[in-house]
Amino acid sequence: MRWELLTTLWPYLRRYRGRLALGLGILLLNTAVLVSIPYIIDLAINDLGGGISGAKLLKYCALLMAAVSARAVLNYLQRLILITVSRRLEFDLRNDLLAKLETMSGGFFQQYRTGDLMARSVNDLSAVRNMLGPGIMYSAQAVVLFAYVLAILWRLDPRLTLIAFVPAPIVTLAVQWFGKRIHERFERIQSMFSSLATRVEENLSGLRLVRAYAREAQEEAKFERLNREYVQRNLRLVLLSGAFQPLLQFLLGVAYVLVLWFGGRAVLEHRITLGGYAAFNLYMAQMAFPMIAMGYVINLVQRGAASWARLQELLQQTPQIADGPATDPSVTALAGEIEFRHLNFDYDGIAVLRDLNLHIPAGRTLALVGPTGAGKSTLVGLIPRLLEAAPGMVLVDGRPIREIPLDVLRQNIGWVPQETFLFSDTLGANIAFGRPEADEAEVREPAERAGLSLDVADFPEGYATRVGERGLTLSGGQKQRTALARALLRNPRILILDDALASVDTLTEERILEGLEQARRGRTTLLISHRISTVRSADQIAVLQDGHITEAGTHAELIGRGGTYAALYEKQLLEEELAQVE
Amino acid sequence: MPQEEESLGKAVDGRLVRRLLGYLRPYRWTVVAATVAAALQSATQVVGPYLNKVVIDRYLFPTPAGRGSLLAGILPHNALRGVTELGVIYLSVLVVGFVLDFGQTYAMQWVGQYTMYDLRREVFHHLQRLPISFFDRNPAGRLVTRVTNDVETLNDTISTALVALFDDMFVLVMIIAIMIRFNWRLSLITLGVVPLIFLATHFFRTAVRESYRRIRIYVAQINVFLQEHITGMAVVQAFNRERRALAEFHDINREHLHAWISAVFAYAVYYPAVEFLSILAVTLILWFGGLRVMHGELTIGIVFAFIQYAQRFFRPIQDLSDKYNTLQSAMASSERIFRLLDTPVDATAAPEGAAEAGAAPAAAPGRIEFDHVWFAYKGEDWILRDVSFAAEPGESVAIVGHTGAGKTTMISLLLRFYDVQKGRILLDGVDLRAWDVHALRRRFGIVLQDPYLSTGTIADNVRMDDDRMPAEVVREAERQANLTDFLATLPLGDATPLRERGSGLSTGQKQLVNFARALAARPSILILDEATASVDTDTELKIREALERMLAGRTSILIAHRLSTVQRADQILVMHKGVLRERGTHQELLRQQGIYWRLYRLQYKDQEARPGGARKLEAVREPAPS
Ligand SMILES: Nc1ncnc2c1ncn2[C@@H]1O[C@H](COP(=O)(O)OP(=O)(O)OP(=O)(O)O)[C@@H](O)[C@H]1O
Ligand SMILES: Nc1ncnc2c1ncn2[C@@H]1O[C@H](COP(=O)(O)OP(=O)(O)OP(=O)(O)O)[C@@H](O)[C@H]1O
Ligand SMILES: [Mg+2]
Repeated sequence: MRWELLTTLWPYLRRYRGRLALGLGILLLNTAVLVSIPYIIDLAINDLGGGISGAKLLKYCALLMAAVSARAVLNYLQRLILITVSRRLEFDLRNDLLAKLETMSGGFFQQYRTGDLMARSVNDLSAVRNMLGPGIMYSAQAVVLFAYVLAILWRLDPRLTLIAFVPAPIVTLAVQWFGKRIHERFERIQSMFSSLATRVEENLSGLRLVRAYAREAQEEAKFERLNREYVQRNLRLVLLSGAFQPLLQFLLGVAYVLVLWFGGRAVLEHRITLGGYAAFNLYMAQMAFPMIAMGYVINLVQRGAASWARLQELLQQTPQIADGPATDPSVTALAGEIEFRHLNFDYDGIAVLRDLNLHIPAGRTLALVGPTGAGKSTLVGLIPRLLEAAPGMVLVDGRPIREIPLDVLRQNIGWVPQETFLFSDTLGANIAFGRPEADEAEVREPAERAGLSLDVADFPEGYATRVGERGLTLSGGQKQRTALARALLRNPRILILDDALASVDTLTEERILEGLEQARRGRTTLLISHRISTVRSADQIAVLQDGHITEAGTHAELIGRGGTYAALYEKQLLEEELAQVE
Repeated sequence: MPQEEESLGKAVDGRLVRRLLGYLRPYRWTVVAATVAAALQSATQVVGPYLNKVVIDRYLFPTPAGRGSLLAGILPHNALRGVTELGVIYLSVLVVGFVLDFGQTYAMQWVGQYTMYDLRREVFHHLQRLPISFFDRNPAGRLVTRVTNDVETLNDTISTALVALFDDMFVLVMIIAIMIRFNWRLSLITLGVVPLIFLATHFFRTAVRESYRRIRIYVAQINVFLQEHITGMAVVQAFNRERRALAEFHDINREHLHAWISAVFAYAVYYPAVEFLSILAVTLILWFGGLRVMHGELTIGIVFAFIQYAQRFFRPIQDLSDKYNTLQSAMASSERIFRLLDTPVDATAAPEGAAEAGAAPAAAPGRIEFDHVWFAYKGEDWILRDVSFAAEPGESVAIVGHTGAGKTTMISLLLRFYDVQKGRILLDGVDLRAWDVHALRRRFGIVLQDPYLSTGTIADNVRMDDDRMPAEVVREAERQANLTDFLATLPLGDATPLRERGSGLSTGQKQLVNFARALAARPSILILDEATASVDTDTELKIREALERMLAGRTSILIAHRLSTVQRADQILVMHKGVLRERGTHQELLRQQGIYWRLYRLQYKDQEARPGGARKLEAVREPAPS
């Protein structure tokens, strides 16, 4: 497990290998100096026993001060270098994590919830950083110190050293046994932490509904269950980690006692000097630190390793939708012709689109109608490759969509999603989302076209109005039109309006459609709507039903054919007539 | 806008500490026990060097000065036996120490965990009662941090720092006592270094405090950024914002890194400084103690023990300053948590537990009245101006108007998400502000404009976690919302688990589930805010039939942009820029030839293409506008 940990971390560590090596080198020196301090004290005490001159004592004191000064400098450098490296690693990892998330598509975000991903990129990451910073520093220090002390003890008295090390095998066993279990239990804690964060996140995002239905108590009950479970899992870990550290201390104490027994006897029997015994004790005292550090480090490392596994799970995801060997980098512009050829698409085995064929010439407008859940949004989601069909089923400009660099493809598409998502930024920044360098005038133009400018005129702060999380402080129609303006600002070759006017009143819709009439000229437009009034003027209208296109043609043609579309038209008309007759 | 993260966080703020300690009250005896255990455990730690001294001075290198000791009375004269017995004493002390240490750690962690549990519960509970307007201003990413990370930070303080603090103090006092007993002169020398350490600590504190403040700000920003970009990732991708978003994230992250690096720097200076001072003390002891030994005024054993104690003496001091930092971030976290807890809850929030009791009978008629209502989200920026109307029990009221006219706002007021500034709203003749808010809200079944689904099954979403709702009611609501056919295509039917925000359903399907939820609640008042905007015509017609049956005897308010949906309402309200401009039935409003009439003409100009339709429209149009 340790080895795997190292190999997966290496790509990150190697960026700082120079600094790490330097830091570890300093650590080595630093530890040597650390060990020299009791050595000096020991010499001094020994000489004190045998009578000493003032000058010699002064020399020892000076030596001590020199050693500790050196140590101060080295200690400073060591901390600065090693801990800073761990912070940099955290920085790199966090950036890489977001970069990875940015390459993932829908399925992934359904599997991993927002709260979970946040917990991983904040909490787990800090556990990993602790493993890399203090973890590496203290463990290296402990190992080096341990080796030094061992060597010195051995030179002082091999027999006593062996005796002092009688508890060592138990320590090794304990470390193994505890380590493994701490790892498992911590993993369970972290996943519970994720659930807790997810629960809160979900509660906050559904807040209005919870309030409207007076379901606060139920929400609290759900939270309560997780909260309790989280505590239980933590306590299960504490049971172990709470015993581990004291156990190590205890075993060290046992070594002391052994030295006291056997060493004391040896002094009495004049096999070693009192000075030798005292020195042995002093160096043994130096073991306290590595022992404590070991307990601490094992904890850190096991936690870090558990968290690292959780991060790895994300970092090792392969993007489902990305440029690949089929990509042709010479494509830099698009005309906007779209074709679906024998398209099949399913979600986790549930077929949504079956053998669908549809062709939209560049610059034309296609309107898509069809019952709820027919697959309209799915179909248009394939064009900016937010969803991915099997190769060869979707073609843009006559070539398989996978040949077009993803960047170029999306750059040429203006997508107005069915469910609006805005960022908690200003209105202007939201409109300019696809082209951040756009100036105020450039923002105004599409806002005008999307029928938003009148609303903005009423806002005291105009385009600088902050829209709140998800656009919370805008009305439904304002949000939708902001999304429309955002798409229009890109001046895309392909415009996708997925039921983009559903929350807009008729008058405004009419105005927008007029505006779009010009905007549509020369660009391929896909228009999804349930309202005949919205789609009727399209160049072509297609009915999506049962997974494929059942009819296609102009408004007049379809009415003439007397199929589903005509029936829809009848129904929408009939309603009004009924109302008038009443 | 100043953010909470910016508060500097005093190291130890008495008010905060007292309040935090209040959370320990239920566990106070455990804390006391743990503290005592910790003190005893520290005592066992001090025993080691002491026993060593006794061994040396009494048996190994006997000097007259070293004879006197606490154990003198019970120790044998035989050196070998003495050493063995001291070893046994030491061993038993170790065992006791181990038990105490474990007991203390577990007890305090237990207390820490349960305090956190209480605190998390309280924060979550409080979040359920804060006014909606609070959430307009505070992003979810930050609030999640309050419940999770901020509380977690306190854990360290409670479960380790608190006891360690006592413990360290205790060790210090003990060591000082022993040292003074041994030799007061050498003790003074050792203690002489302490002011220097205080000085170093002072500089260190000032340096890290600022770094920590910056760290907190950036951690919050990282959270908010992540939360938003993860939820909106599809938009980020579709608009090629990946690189720019990453660059923005880099910037926040870099600030966070730099804030940390300056903290690391402070640590890197501070720790070595403390160590330096502690060895300085050792050197002084060696020097002065050595001189005394040369003059035969001191035993080597005492010098030796002093050196060992001096080193132990500085460990708690160093610990204390380390704890100090834990303490400081705990103070900052608790300040933020308490500030959240101190945010006044919804005036509306029911007095605890009164909700059920105060509920008016569900059969109450459901008369709604807006009486000269004025409302603004901010200041004097009126969204509703002097709106008055009444919906009689059983009546259906439709609200139409341009987007942004204030329709949704009227619903929010009716649900008491916000309070009106002027005028009043009455339900069954009682001012909303006099209603118990839960009882009030239970009167309504509502479909909000943004459909929302949570994780759980479809059925859970329909019954909205009301376990008492019978399965037939759920099934019936699904049927009325025309969901049955769709559910039949799912292998698990309405037991299909949904993912976050209901992803996995089409938008129309989500609306239908939301619709079913409103119906299943069997409310006396039904509110539909664009409930079927994304639903196809066929389904909408079917739903409408079901709805008509449902609505018999119920008051209802519906907002729709498709006029076909509202024509049958008993009363249509036409809102325009926050003002109620027209009011009446469909036919009355057409006759008025105002806004409604214009909207209507626009929507149905289609019909002119059809002979029959055109004729009828003509008929309506008859009194031609001048
Ligand atoms: N992410 C998903 N995972 C699994 N199934 C999905 C997912 N998204 C949609 N579906 C299912 O696929 C079908 C088509 O959904 P889609 O959103 O394309 O419908 P739509 O035609 O746009 O409907 P609407 O008119 O309601 O917007 C639906 O039955 C839906 O339940
Ligand atoms: N939480 C809020 N904070 C501040 N302003 C808000 C908030 N919610 C809405 N507004 C503003 O209040 C006005 C009315 O919004 P409301 O949602 O009531 O409109 P609406 O009539 O429902 O529109 P639509 O038909 O588009 O849904 C809008 O200008 C909107 O920007
Ligand atoms: Mg859709």
